[in-house]
Amino acid sequence: MSVGLSLLIIDDEIQIRRFLRIGLEANGYAVHDATSGHDGLQKAAQLRPDLVILDLGLPDLDGLAVLARLRQWSKMPVIVLSVRDSDHNKIAALDAGADDYLTKPFSLDELMARLRVAQRHSYGPAEQALFCSGNLQVDLDKRLVSVGGESVRLTPTEYALLRLMIQYAGKALTHQQILRAVWGPEYIQETHYLRVYFAQLRQKIEADPALPKIILTEPGVGYRLVEV
Amino acid sequence: MTDARPDPDALLAALQKEEARQQRGKLKIFFGMAAGAGKTYAMLEAAHQLKAEGADVVVGYIETHKRAETEALLAGLEQVARQRVAYRDTQLEEMDTDAVLARKPQWVLVDELAHTNAVGVRHRKRYQDVQELLEAGINVFTTVNVQHFESRADAVRQITGITIHETVPDSILDLADEIALIDISPEALRKRLAEGKIYTTERIETAANNFFRTGNLTALREMALRLTAERVDHQLQDYMHLKKIAGPWKSGERLLVAVGPSPFSEKLIRWTRRMAYNLEAPWLAAYVQIGPQPSGEAKKRLDDHFALARNLGGEVVVAASSSINEGLMRLAHQRNVSQIVVGKPLRHPLRNLMRGGSLVDRLIRASGDIDIYVVTGDADAQTEPPSKPAPRYPQRHSGLMQYIYAALVVGLATGINLLLLSTIGYRAVGLIELLAVLLIAVYLGRGPALVAATLSALSWDFLFIEPRFTFIISRPEDAVLFVLYFTIAIFAGNLTAQLRNQERHARHNADRTMALYTLAHEIVEAPDRDAMLGAVAAQIGQVFDAKMAILIPDTLNPEQALLLHPASTLPLASKDESVARWVFDNGRPAGRFTDTLPLAAAQFLPLNTASRTLGVVGISTQQNEALSFEQAALLETFLNQVALVLERELLNESAQKSAMLQESERLYTTLLNSISHELRTPIATITGAASGLHNPQTNANVAAHNQLIGDIQSAAERLNRLVENLLDMSRLESDRLQLKRDWCSVGEIVAVAVKRMAPDLAGRPLQIEIAPNLPLVQADFVLLEQVLVNLLDNACHYTPANTPLVLSAQQAEQTILISLRDYGPGLSQDDLARIFEKFYRVPGTATGGTGLGLSISRGLVEAHGGQLWAENAPDGGAIFRLSLPLTTLPPPVREANL
Repeated sequence: MSVGLSLLIIDDEIQIRRFLRIGLEANGYAVHDATSGHDGLQKAAQLRPDLVILDLGLPDLDGLAVLARLRQWSKMPVIVLSVRDSDHNKIAALDAGADDYLTKPFSLDELMARLRVAQRHSYGPAEQALFCSGNLQVDLDKRLVSVGGESVRLTPTEYALLRLMIQYAGKALTHQQILRAVWGPEYIQETHYLRVYFAQLRQKIEADPALPKIILTEPGVGYRLVEV
Repeated sequence: MTDARPDPDALLAALQKEEARQQRGKLKIFFGMAAGAGKTYAMLEAAHQLKAEGADVVVGYIETHKRAETEALLAGLEQVARQRVAYRDTQLEEMDTDAVLARKPQWVLVDELAHTNAVGVRHRKRYQDVQELLEAGINVFTTVNVQHFESRADAVRQITGITIHETVPDSILDLADEIALIDISPEALRKRLAEGKIYTTERIETAANNFFRTGNLTALREMALRLTAERVDHQLQDYMHLKKIAGPWKSGERLLVAVGPSPFSEKLIRWTRRMAYNLEAPWLAAYVQIGPQPSGEAKKRLDDHFALARNLGGEVVVAASSSINEGLMRLAHQRNVSQIVVGKPLRHPLRNLMRGGSLVDRLIRASGDIDIYVVTGDADAQTEPPSKPAPRYPQRHSGLMQYIYAALVVGLATGINLLLLSTIGYRAVGLIELLAVLLIAVYLGRGPALVAATLSALSWDFLFIEPRFTFIISRPEDAVLFVLYFTIAIFAGNLTAQLRNQERHARHNADRTMALYTLAHEIVEAPDRDAMLGAVAAQIGQVFDAKMAILIPDTLNPEQALLLHPASTLPLASKDESVARWVFDNGRPAGRFTDTLPLAAAQFLPLNTASRTLGVVGISTQQNEALSFEQAALLETFLNQVALVLERELLNESAQKSAMLQESERLYTTLLNSISHELRTPIATITGAASGLHNPQTNANVAAHNQLIGDIQSAAERLNRLVENLLDMSRLESDRLQLKRDWCSVGEIVAVAVKRMAPDLAGRPLQIEIAPNLPLVQADFVLLEQVLVNLLDNACHYTPANTPLVLSAQQAEQTILISLRDYGPGLSQDDLARIFEKFYRVPGTATGGTGLGLSISRGLVEAHGGQLWAENAPDGGAIFRLSLPLTTLPPPVREANL
């Protein structure tokens, strides 16, 4: 379905590049690759790819710096690759405009799912009126929420949260991004708001709130709403 | 004493001497009877010969005295530039010891060993420079005349009438590996003098009529020959010891010479040294202190005598006692002395009679089987200012005020007596007066007591004894009474004062012991090194009334400058720091009041242990005076203690380090064993499966193909988990772990961990019980998630595949308690005790774990201030419990402004 999309991989590891190339080409992407930050920036400018996969650990430039320079002139979707234990890098990348991240090692299936989401959001938040995931149905026009056909009453804050997550469905949002969007920029440190409100929200919309399926926690980073 | 076996101590001593000699540079002394004998010439010739043989020879310092033949020989030898020292208006040239040390030749030529360096040079004497060169492993050629040896200076003065000021200690001779005697007959030497080969023309005549008289030269020549002969004899002895040749072994003689501030002592010391050298016996210079410390000139002379004795190879010992002969005998018995040397007393025989014989008489009586030598003072010594013999009784110096007080007390007593006379009679008056005399003796000392005794006797006679107001005594019994009174007053006064002084002396000794005790106590009590050095600085400062600096090497950079310890009270200029550095490098005292770098502001002493120097202490008394011998000895004792404690601490440290090293060695081995197995298994799976995929036959079989891919995937996951564990472990171990605390909901953590472990948990009933309204907790979300993942992973590993698990969380007082209960076989007592140890694995379990997971988990939980433990459930299965402290509650939440 993604046939014809062009994709640029910026990673210095030849094995990773090769495995990505094989997997992505098999899924119909036209794959280009770059082995360093400078090389990657140059090729991104020349080829104008539809998607970019960017490794944060590059030999010449910091991956975050590459991202920042890329964002100066382009909104092309970028998925960053990082190793575990660098939450701050993931958050920084998301805040700096990355569309998503993947922690090495990852599977090709995971990557394909992320690429699809990123591609969908590449032109701003989704603006569908009706959202469905499992038992959850949300009518964004009428502000109606129902689970398994039963209508559910949400507080304005809960609804604002859910609406934001639906707009960016499939995409990881950092704590700060959510706090800024719902409460405002002066509240970006108040992560406990999120713990409390997401717990309330899950109680109302999840089939098993102890093991949520719709709104997932991204450890150390933020939250992600997935379509089941 | 005719034991033919070699004495082991002597053998050891000979071996040690030989060993020390091998590390040190070699010293060759060209030795002659007088200037002009040709020593320098011979030395230069020897140097040329060595150079011809290919040795690296340089000239450190040569004085040619403008003698043409000598100057000619100097050509062709490399000369190290001399240092110039500004002295008043002129520039003096001295050997540049540092330049020679830096040049580090094989051999260096240093002329005139006995030379005294200009002020400003590191050492006061050139022989000290030479010692430093030798210690640096540089071989030295040097020259010296016989008259410059300490032990001969006295004899030379007697023979030639010339006092030799530039002397070297005889111990230098012991350092010499080779001595070349440059002999020349007196006639030939006088001929050379006359030919102008020794001095310039104007000085020839004076020299010929004084020092270079034939008689003098003959005596000097004999002295030189004799010294050489003695030396050869010694070498033979050493050789015999070394080669274990049983020979005429010495019977353990030991000499002790009694010294004091009297100038006469110097002669006694030299005499004893000669005697000891010939007997090959060790010797001690003993000073018995019987009163207050000598001060001023006497103290200086006493210190000089100690220094002389040490220079001549003697040991200095000091004892405090109430009488000289008792002190001497005590020391003699303590140190197994076989012979005592004392000076012949110059005191009038009558005075001695009163005291039960002279010192010598009493010494001889008490000596038992110890031999006593009595040495006469010579004419010269007697012409020096007559030194007061050491006082027999310790006494306080009574000033004029004390005498006035004494007179006043006598006057007062007399006044009272005048009032009481009619009631008590004149005999009782005498007793009251006697009481006054005794009080004066106690409080004012001996002199005032004697004066008071005389005064009161006279006033008693004049004012009270009939006929009154005359000095006439009419009745014979009164006369007897008067004489008795006078005698008793003198004796009692004297005795009381003596007792009083002894008590004071004892107290003084007690103070010293107390100071030492306090120091020892404080050193031991100090919790760490800094506190200990602080206590030392304070204690030494107080006891010696001095400012002090403690310098210790930087443990990280021992080559760098010494660090001034913050407890130091003495500020140091950079010049002083280099003095301290020298002391540290050489392990010998230097600075003010010493012969090395005497221009420094303070005296610097090394903190020496048997094997090395651990630091340096600089001390400067408030009065800026040299420490008395007694103080110096006390300070040395102090510093020895400090050095011992420092050494002990260093040893402890290194013992701890090696224990830690051993432990890490053990862990390292365990780690390697465990890891290599754990790494190899998945790697083997991956390579095996990959090669299987290459194989066309297996590849054609779809089921086998998928199986192999699955294997690769799970092996890779296993590897990944292992690497993560190792990374966590190393972060925990290195203390680099930094918690990123944030408000966390335990429910969320549980959910994330369970989701991550979902593939392993598949098919297993899992019950999650999170108490409602559980408060948020400040924690590192990712790390706690890791803990739960590890616990779940463990449970999956060690319990049968379809047994249920219960994961619960609730609040218990001020903690949140998370429990994971399984229905497996439970844990044995041994497992319970050891399960959280690194690399511990429950015996008999399948491979697939590293034995790190639980240990890491406990580390992570403890980093949160929580606890992780295991227990067995009463109805079977194990429970892992994790408690997290609830310290603060989150601030209230608010709705968004929408």
